[in-house]
Amino acid sequence: MASELMNERDIEFMLYEFFDSESLLKRERYQDHDRQTFNEVIATAKTIAEKYFLPIRQKLDTHQPTFDGKKVHLIPELKPAIDAVIASGLSSATADYETSGMQLPPIIASIATSYLTVAGGVGLGYNMLTTANANLLSAHGSKDLIEKWVKPMRAGRFMGTMAMTEPGSGSGLGDLITKATKAEDGSYRISGNKIYISGGDHDLSENIVHLVLARLTGAPKGIRGISLFVVPKFLLNDDGSIGDDNEVALSGLFHKMGGRAQTSTALSFGEKNGSVGYLVGEENQGLKYMFHMMNEARIMVGTSAAVIGIAGYLYSLDYAKNRPQGRLPSSKDPLSPMVNIIEHADVRRMLLAQKAYAEGAFSLVLYGTQLSDDEKTAASAKEKEHAHLLLDFLTPIIKTWPAEYGTKANDLAIQVLGGHGYINEHPVELFYRDNRLNAIHEGTTGIQSLDLLTRKVPMNKMAGYLATLAEINITIEQAKHYQRLTEFSQQLTAAVTCLKLTTEALLSAMTSNNIDLALANSVKYLELFGHVIVAWLWLKQGLVATKALENKPHQADENFYQGKLQTLQYFYRFELPQIALWSALLIQSDDSTYQMKAEWF
Amino acid sequence: MKVLVPIKRVIDYNVKVRVKADNSNVDLANVKMAINPFCEIAVEEAVRLKEAGIATEVIAVSIGDKSCQEQLRTALALGADRAIQIETDEKLDALNIAKLLQKIVEEEQPQLVILGKQSIDSDNNQTGQMLAALTGMPQGTFASVVKVEGDKVNVTREVDSGLQTVSLNLPAIVTTDLRLNEPRYASLPNIMKAKRKPLVVKPAADFGVDLSPRSKLIKVVPPATRKAGIIVDGVDTLIEKLRNEAKVIS
Repeated sequence: MASELMNERDIEFMLYEFFDSESLLKRERYQDHDRQTFNEVIATAKTIAEKYFLPIRQKLDTHQPTFDGKKVHLIPELKPAIDAVIASGLSSATADYETSGMQLPPIIASIATSYLTVAGGVGLGYNMLTTANANLLSAHGSKDLIEKWVKPMRAGRFMGTMAMTEPGSGSGLGDLITKATKAEDGSYRISGNKIYISGGDHDLSENIVHLVLARLTGAPKGIRGISLFVVPKFLLNDDGSIGDDNEVALSGLFHKMGGRAQTSTALSFGEKNGSVGYLVGEENQGLKYMFHMMNEARIMVGTSAAVIGIAGYLYSLDYAKNRPQGRLPSSKDPLSPMVNIIEHADVRRMLLAQKAYAEGAFSLVLYGTQLSDDEKTAASAKEKEHAHLLLDFLTPIIKTWPAEYGTKANDLAIQVLGGHGYINEHPVELFYRDNRLNAIHEGTTGIQSLDLLTRKVPMNKMAGYLATLAEINITIEQAKHYQRLTEFSQQLTAAVTCLKLTTEALLSAMTSNNIDLALANSVKYLELFGHVIVAWLWLKQGLVATKALENKPHQADENFYQGKLQTLQYFYRFELPQIALWSALLIQSDDSTYQMKAEWF
Repeated sequence: MKVLVPIKRVIDYNVKVRVKADNSNVDLANVKMAINPFCEIAVEEAVRLKEAGIATEVIAVSIGDKSCQEQLRTALALGADRAIQIETDEKLDALNIAKLLQKIVEEEQPQLVILGKQSIDSDNNQTGQMLAALTGMPQGTFASVVKVEGDKVNVTREVDSGLQTVSLNLPAIVTTDLRLNEPRYASLPNIMKAKRKPLVVKPAADFGVDLSPRSKLIKVVPPATRKAGIIVDGVDTLIEKLRNEAKVIS
């Protein structure tokens, strides 16, 4: 493949110009590191991506996992690739030294992982789920559970899953019916069916640790009666060795549009005597623990959406620079040489849109990742609290905007390649299919928009909402000092006003007696808010670029910064103005969707 | 058995090299630098000898300003045991480098010195040979296989006519070719460990070597850009052009 997996210059820009990641070294947790460590970790991830994943990226897609009634079969090249990631230490890069982690800042680990993701590392979903599972247990499990399950997961011997969805309850978890009963020895017996369990079965690890949501006998209905259990595929003997089969049966595999290296399974728990489960934390608190992990998972979903968007952008950019086809409208001579398609303005439009979406989304997910670090490791309690406030508020946007617009970017990458984009000789159609899941899992776009509007905005007297607007204002004030940014700082000021008016109108509509109507267009509100946030982050990128250009950088850097500013301009002229339309529909509580009747379709 | 591995900091092989506007040199401002790929192969070979129980210690050495410590740390992360930086701000010729390395060889008394056959920036292909001459050690250059057997090292060399295997008495100098091995990547724990391995800085001036330059860089110009091709209308025209324009056939 000719194009880069990721843009190294942009990574350097994000890490050291936009975020000042070197300042993290002052924090106690990171005092053993330095900039060179950061760069070497990223280089190692890049090497593994290019050496192990890139060569099998297409095969992972064309050779879906199969189930012969007894076992799942994956292509044999996947295990060495996953083992290489584990052996390199990348899968526990951010964990504490005590649990054999490297205590790296999440933003560094995130960029390292991005290389694996775009090289075909959807197969890495196994590792990511394992990490998320281990993090959840570390936070909420007893010492015994951590000793028994987290350690082998961190060491790469066991892998983990999250078993939530059931045939009758997906997005609406409150209706789940998997049963748990307390046994005499203090453990529980679990029985029921789960579907769409990623990594639910495979032969990549010695054991699989399922985190299963289930309802105890007599527990309250709805989401208040859900508990969380560790249910392993195999029980462990007292010495930690693999013991009896725990009645977790694979009933089938799903065949997916993308992300095919990752098995999606239907599992049946405890058909005979009940699978043995160990309670995590307290009874009936399961969803709370799961949500703790889910915020982290949502940032990861947003991140992979953004970087797959970048991968498609870079691939189509490289193609456009090298594919001669046609002549400019001004050229009438059929004997004149063909131009590379990047010379056509409409191709540049599609590339600019991709750059605006993908690099905008990338800055958003890295911002979220940095907040997730700050809320734990910032210098003062006040800063930690501030970061927590912002992150908690922004999570639905950090997950959803990149998922929606990263996929849009991939759609445009296909369009740039034309017919060549529609066939699997080029990876852009694969990027699109892989990315398409991100608007669905870990809370669909619709659910995220309801979370934003009904919970996140009003929460704590709108503290998160107000803190976010205050952050945007700081950037507007800074941008005012630069003539080149005046147009954009004025436009962002107007956009914030529009956002405020819309928010006030919606909150007032929600207190009226028709809440269903008030929330009917919630997705448009999330999209509007997302556009304002991404416009803000583009202005921040523009600020960095404008300052850098004042120092007369060399030609390659000048091109880089001009590219940032031109993309900022594109976003502010082609994208941001759309919020006016969305805002008008929201403020009027437009009833087009609400009044439509099922019978009228 | 001690193995000494001299390494060089060069422009990363992925970087498109730019020439400064005044043609005085290559523009290194904000350019990604890396360990010379042939030197990386040398480090890998030394580390493999250590893992095989043949070498007892791998010492990486580099010559340059403070920035070359980055490449020494890379070598440490790949498995070298300790590092020496010979500090100088001067841009040195291959002969000066070889003379400084000779001093390190005298100090450290390695049984084997493994170097890259050349660096990808200046492409001189001189340092290993010069060091062999200065130290009086036998040399096996362009190695594609290195086997230590007793007090000898057998080096298979890639030469124009094929492969040639030479048997050298230790201590010896080996320079690496591309196919000797595929270097590993550093694992995260090893990247961390590298920071705690010893790295000694020795001023170049302390070695009593005359470091005055033997050559002068007059100017650097980028290669001429390739001209666009043309499609000829037949074989006859092609032959005519090859004969009269390109003058490659008669």
